Amino acid sequence: MNALAAVGAVVQVGGVLAGAPFVVGGMKQVRARLEGRSGGGIGQPWRDLRKQLRKQQLRPTGTTVVFRVAPAVAAGSALLIAAIIPLVTLGSPLDSSADLFGVVGLLFLGTVALTLAGLDTGTAFGGMGSSREITIAALVEPTILLAVFALSLPGHSANLAAIVSAASGDPAQALALGSVLAFVALVIVIVAETGRLPVDNPSTHLELTMIHEAMVLEYSGPRLALVEWASGMRLTVLLGLLANLFLPWGIAGAEPSLLGLLVGTAAIAVKVAVLALALAAVEVFIAKLRLFRVPELLAGSFLLALLAVTASSFLASAR
Amino acid sequence: MSWIGAIRRAGRIVEPAPEAPADPMTPPTGLVGSLQLRHVDCGSCNGCEIEIGGAFSAVYDAERFGARLVASPRHADGILATGVVTRNMHDPLLNTLAAVPQPRVVIAVGDCAVDGGVFRGGYGVVGSVADVVPVDVEVPGCPPTPAQIVAALRSVTGR
Repeated sequence: MNALAAVGAVVQVGGVLAGAPFVVGGMKQVRARLEGRSGGGIGQPWRDLRKQLRKQQLRPTGTTVVFRVAPAVAAGSALLIAAIIPLVTLGSPLDSSADLFGVVGLLFLGTVALTLAGLDTGTAFGGMGSSREITIAALVEPTILLAVFALSLPGHSANLAAIVSAASGDPAQALALGSVLAFVALVIVIVAETGRLPVDNPSTHLELTMIHEAMVLEYSGPRLALVEWASGMRLTVLLGLLANLFLPWGIAGAEPSLLGLLVGTAAIAVKVAVLALALAAVEVFIAKLRLFRVPELLAGSFLLALLAVTASSFLASAR
Repeated sequence: MSWIGAIRRAGRIVEPAPEAPADPMTPPTGLVGSLQLRHVDCGSCNGCEIEIGGAFSAVYDAERFGARLVASPRHADGILATGVVTRNMHDPLLNTLAAVPQPRVVIAVGDCAVDGGVFRGGYGVVGSVADVVPVDVEVPGCPPTPAQIVAALRSVTGR
């Protein structure tokens, strides 16, 4: 590890911080254009965040410290994931802890913090949103673990940098049966985890159909900005992780050069942008699933992940 | 695949944007281009609601000027109040406004909200929105057209 690797980690965190609102804005813009609208522009989430940061902080009656710290925990866990996973470079100073179990745990930490905050408000919608969110999270987390486990079999390591470097050493691996199954499973769980269609509608105004929004209905001002920023950052880091696990082209090595860092940054920006725009374009064609059918979708993705593990382990032992 | 064809045939539905407002008010937070509103029906006949729906539809697209309807008053910068204030909606209107973080605006949409309209003096009626809470922007009309509503929203977002 050299000094530039540390710079790479800083670039990852800064890029996710600055880029997440643009990812969300770009997805909204694609949707608006496909609906025949002209849209608020990709800078609109940034304008909203900037304005929320200047607004009054209302503290709902009866809420405790759980409600107050949850946005910071959610945003902090997303930033920590951004620092440890291989986005720009494989040589993050925190690489030794970039274990897939650690990353899934951090993701779950952010989810649980907001869930408890939803319960803490004591409102009907807060509790309802929390119960739905935790139902989905409980089905999503095992699938993420299994899918990344399937990917870790060829690299013989659960370390994310090792998985990514194994994939970049053998590009044909991305088309192996296990990888393709794991990719589909991961796409479904990322859609569920970040509250996109068909699991949750991020732009709904109907409280009864909300999942993520229902938990955060009581937040206002700077804390609301932090919650929205955190959900954008989760989406960005998960898309970045998805891109690099399967197509690690352009990522800087464990001992990056300055040019390598620049190429790595440009590559991950392009990959996340393409994935986000594709996701937004597909969302236009699908409707939200009824809540009781969401577990069927997630069970399907769990099955795919299980098949991916089976396929990878058989193929690995056949070699 | 017929949907892709439908999207391509429809193209851009949105009408060209009219001139930006000449003298926009100072936005509540001092930042232009972002306004989240909570819609409160104080006792409307739902005529204004249809026109508000039109203002946020693909044709008038108020979102391109930075305005958006939100699900919670705590997420909002102001209220979009329609209809005459009835006795039953008097307290909910005050509670909703109290849940909106400062700085905030109140926009009264439609003749009923502005001055009571045809329901003025009715036995179940408290008064117009301005009789209950301070109103910053008034949109007259029974109902106002989506273009008028969009123009009023633009005078607040400044875009």
